[in-house]
Order: sequence, then structure tokens, then C-alpha cells
Amino acid sequence: MLTVTDLSVSYGAISALGGISFSIPQGSIVTLIGGNGAGKTTTLRTISGLLRAKTGKIEFLGEDITTLPAHKIVARGLCHVPEGRMIFSNLTVDENLAMGAYLLHDKALIAKNREYVFSVFPRLNERIKQMAGTLSGGEQQMLAIGRALMGSPKFLMLDEPSLGIAPRLISTIFEKIVEINRSHGITILLVEQNANLALEVSSSAYVLETGRIVMQGESKLLRTDPQLKATYLGG
Amino acid sequence: MSEFLQQLLNGLSLGAIYALIALGYTMVYGVLRFINFAHSDVFMVGAFIGYYLGKLVPEHTVWGGLGVLAAAMIGCALLGMTIERFAYRPLRSAPTLNVLITAIGVSLLLEYTGQVFFGAAPRNFPEIFPKQNFNLGSVIVTSNQLIVIAVSIVLMIALQLIVYRTKIGTAMRAVSLNPKAAILMGVNNDVVISFTFGLGSALAAAGGILYALNYPSIDPLMGVMPGLKAFVAAILGGIGNIPGAALGGLILGTVETFVSGSQFSTYKDAIAFAILIIILLFRPAGLLGKFTVEKV
Ligand SMILES: Nc1ncnc2c1ncn2[C@@H]1O[C@H](COP(=O)(O)OP(=O)(O)O)[C@@H](O)[C@H]1O
Ligand SMILES: [Mg+2]
Repeated sequence: MLTVTDLSVSYGAISALGGISFSIPQGSIVTLIGGNGAGKTTTLRTISGLLRAKTGKIEFLGEDITTLPAHKIVARGLCHVPEGRMIFSNLTVDENLAMGAYLLHDKALIAKNREYVFSVFPRLNERIKQMAGTLSGGEQQMLAIGRALMGSPKFLMLDEPSLGIAPRLISTIFEKIVEINRSHGITILLVEQNANLALEVSSSAYVLETGRIVMQGESKLLRTDPQLKATYLGG
Repeated sequence: MSEFLQQLLNGLSLGAIYALIALGYTMVYGVLRFINFAHSDVFMVGAFIGYYLGKLVPEHTVWGGLGVLAAAMIGCALLGMTIERFAYRPLRSAPTLNVLITAIGVSLLLEYTGQVFFGAAPRNFPEIFPKQNFNLGSVIVTSNQLIVIAVSIVLMIALQLIVYRTKIGTAMRAVSLNPKAAILMGVNNDVVISFTFGLGSALAAAGGILYALNYPSIDPLMGVMPGLKAFVAAILGGIGNIPGAALGGLILGTVETFVSGSQFSTYKDAIAFAILIIILLFRPAGLLGKFTVEKV
């Protein structure tokens, strides 16, 4: 579904990604794990068009999207839930969801997506008229994912959904991520520092270290990999 | 008492004009975080469009007046969008200072091009609307004041509906809160920014016509003073805050009118700047603004 080939990105003179390649099959959950500053966020931002690649190629559904403007990439069904959630804090939950459906014009489809979002995150329905900035961290993450689902995405990129969230809610959110993938067949690229959790819900994984992929494979195999265990899984 | 009411009425109708101009400053600041100094000259162009079109329609008619008003609003909306497209859009990733300097450049360009085409000498603005005075007790209400107040109320309600009830309005607020997140929703921020300039410029044009009805001597530099005052009004209300701009305009117009009717009348123009200094010292976020932490 998504194929990234030899992608390198730099901020000015500082290189952040040094030629990474990976691919994500349709219907799967793939995870990209790595420590702070490894280049995970940079990877997602480049795929979604917020940053430009220095070299390399990004193909989505067989088409080259490397130089497409970000808003046109979204229109193809590739949706990025950014790090830190980036909800619109001074808009209501309702308006945030409406923004998620910005590109849709079919009222019936928008209503259906709303129903679906509320079935996944009933909490959002209870908070519908509230300013998004007043939600708890976990609820904001639900809103960020819900907002993305409003646009009928085919492919969802989640940047550290566990960041800054009460531990109790983390497992809920991960269950929902799996549910979204299973029930709607939405392909997911999950970026995480919490490698344990990410490997549990994904089918395959890539490990990023200072802008390079240093390890890749089936998640269940990586979970028992001694080297990975030592670095990312807390021994 | 009646003198107080009279002054209040005069002040509110002047304030409504400031409010219309201030809305453009504040909306553009909301989406681009810079002060569009050329805005006051769009106001001037609005008045001149009114001047030329006003000669084509019969004087003293409601339909003629409203037609001229609508045409000036459309003309200035296009002008504002053109300015944004060619002067500001190429600088989207440039430092704010560069954009500010460009805005001053565009402002001078409009003022001096205006002098070339319209001449520097003041012209007499035609009486496009019917004219009549109404005596309410000892308070005199002019038809122009009624027009100013009615048109401002209608435009502000329309603006409120656009900003809070439509998709593009929600997108405007979203872009202003977090432009990157808006892009990730599929918003083409350029379109939203262009729309914002169109909207703000249309309101400035309406302000220009209404101002010219009340101060019928117009010239290419006429935008400078009202523009500065509307800018102060936008700061007073809290820059980036739409109801704040309206409130700031009304307050400023009222205060200025009361000062000009008092023994301190020579300070009527200075009062705006005194207010600016006080607000910057004691409440820099403005009356309705609050310091929000921008999450990047
Ligand atoms: N806006 C930026 N300007 C300069 N350097 C940046 C910027 N954003 C990230 N970097 C650098 O790029 C590298 C990768 O960062 P990032 O992609 O955010 O990592 P991760 O998401 O894995 O924590 C880091 O070394 C970081 O310091
Ligand atoms: Mg990151």
C-alpha cells in the first residue's frame, strides 16, 4: 500500500533520515519503533507532505506522492495523526470532527463516519460541545484519531499515540487501534517509543536509529530478539 | 443628558466604522500572524470605487446606495485577494519582518498609485443614500448614522455566521489555531488565507463607503488615520479575536467622539495612541484576547 524507497531528509544542513526503505502491505499494522530523535516523526511528516524529501521516493497505492502538496495527499486517503495530537484546542469536539471530514461532501457519509467514531470512542459523544482544549490527554488522543477517521482514510499514520497519556488509557487506545484495523480494514503505520506495546499489536516492525533502519522483521520474532530486548524492551 | 446621548450615538456610528476596518486586521493576523498595513488603503480604494460608481447611479436612492456598497465590497475583496496572492504568498516562509516591510510597501504603492489615478486633491463623495434628519426629542439622528449602524450590524452578523457556521469559517479558525494540523485535514491553507483577505477587504470597503458618507471629502491618503485607529481598536480588543475587534472599534469611536466634544478636543487623534500605550502596558493581550500557548 505504501512503499518508501531510499528516503533521506534533512533540516538545513542536519541530516535526519539517511536513506530508509520500507513497505507496508494493505490491511496490516506495521510499527516503526526507535528512541527519541531517531527520525520517526520526520519519516511521518515527509510521507504526509509536511516535509520534503531530499532524495528517495514515496509511493502510495502505486502512485508517486513524493512531491505532492500535503492537502492533496490527505485527499488520497492517507491520514497522519501527528505527534502531540494537534487538535484544535479552541474549537469544540464537534468542530474538530467536522474538520476531519473537511474533504468529504457527502452528508450521509459524514454522518456515518460520525456514528462510527462515536462507536469507537463513546467518550467523544459525551464531550461533543466541549472545547477540545479542555479534554484530558487521553481524550485528546481519542479526538485526534476520531478526527482522522472522519475523513474515511485508507491508511492511518499514528505518531506516538501513547505519549503523555494515563497508563490506564494507553491500553484502551491500543485496543481501539487494533479494532479500527480489524473492523474497517484501515492499514496502520504506528510510530512508538513504547516498543513492547507496539510489537504486541503489529504484524511487522522496523527499528529506526539515528535516521537509519537497523532492524526489521515480524513483530512476534522481534519481541524475543535479545539485542532489541536489551535496547528497547527494558532488558 | 441629551447631549450625552447625542455624543454616544455619534461615537457608536464612528466606532462601527472602525470596527469594520479592525475586523480585517484581526482576521488576517489570525491566519498569518502579521499586520497587513495595506489594509487601510484597501479602505481608501473602497471609498474611491464608491465615488466613481456613485456617479453612475441616481443619487439619494436606497438601491443605488446598496448597489454601490456591494460593488465596492466585491471590488475590494478582489483587490485584497490579489495583494495576498502576489505580495504576501511568495513570502509565506519568510520571517515576519520581511512580510511587514512588504505590507508597508504595498500600502505606499496603493497610496501613490491612488494619487496618480485619482489625483491628490480631495474629492466630494456623492450622496448615494437618501438623506434625512430625524429628531428624537433633542437628539438628532441622521439617516447616514442609521445607515452606518444598520449596515455594520448586518455585516457583523453575516461575518459571525460565516466564521462560526460555515465550513470555510471553521477552516479559518482551524488555520488560525494550528496551520499544520489544518493541512493534515486536507485544507488548502492558501485558499483559506485568500478567502480571509477577501472577507476582510470587503468589510474595509464597506467601512470606506460609510466613512465617506459621513466625511464626504475623500483623497488617496484618507485611509491612514482611520486605518491606524482601527489597528489600535484591533489591539484593544485583542488582536486575532473577532468579537474583540468589533468591541475595540466601538469603544475607540465612542471615546474619540467624547474627547472631541470636550475641552480636550485637540487631542482627539492622540487619544487612540494613548489607549494603545495603556493597553500595551497593562493588558497587552487586549480586552478579549488571552495569551494562548501555541502548540507547534
Ligand atoms: N524542526 C527541526 N529542525 C531541526 N532539526 C530537527 C527538527 N525536528 C527534528 N529535528 C532533528 O531530527 C532528528 C529526528 O527527529 P524526529 O524525527 O523528531 O525524531 P523522533 O520522532 O524519532 O523522536 C533529531 O535529531 C532532531 O533533533
Ligand atoms: Mg517524534
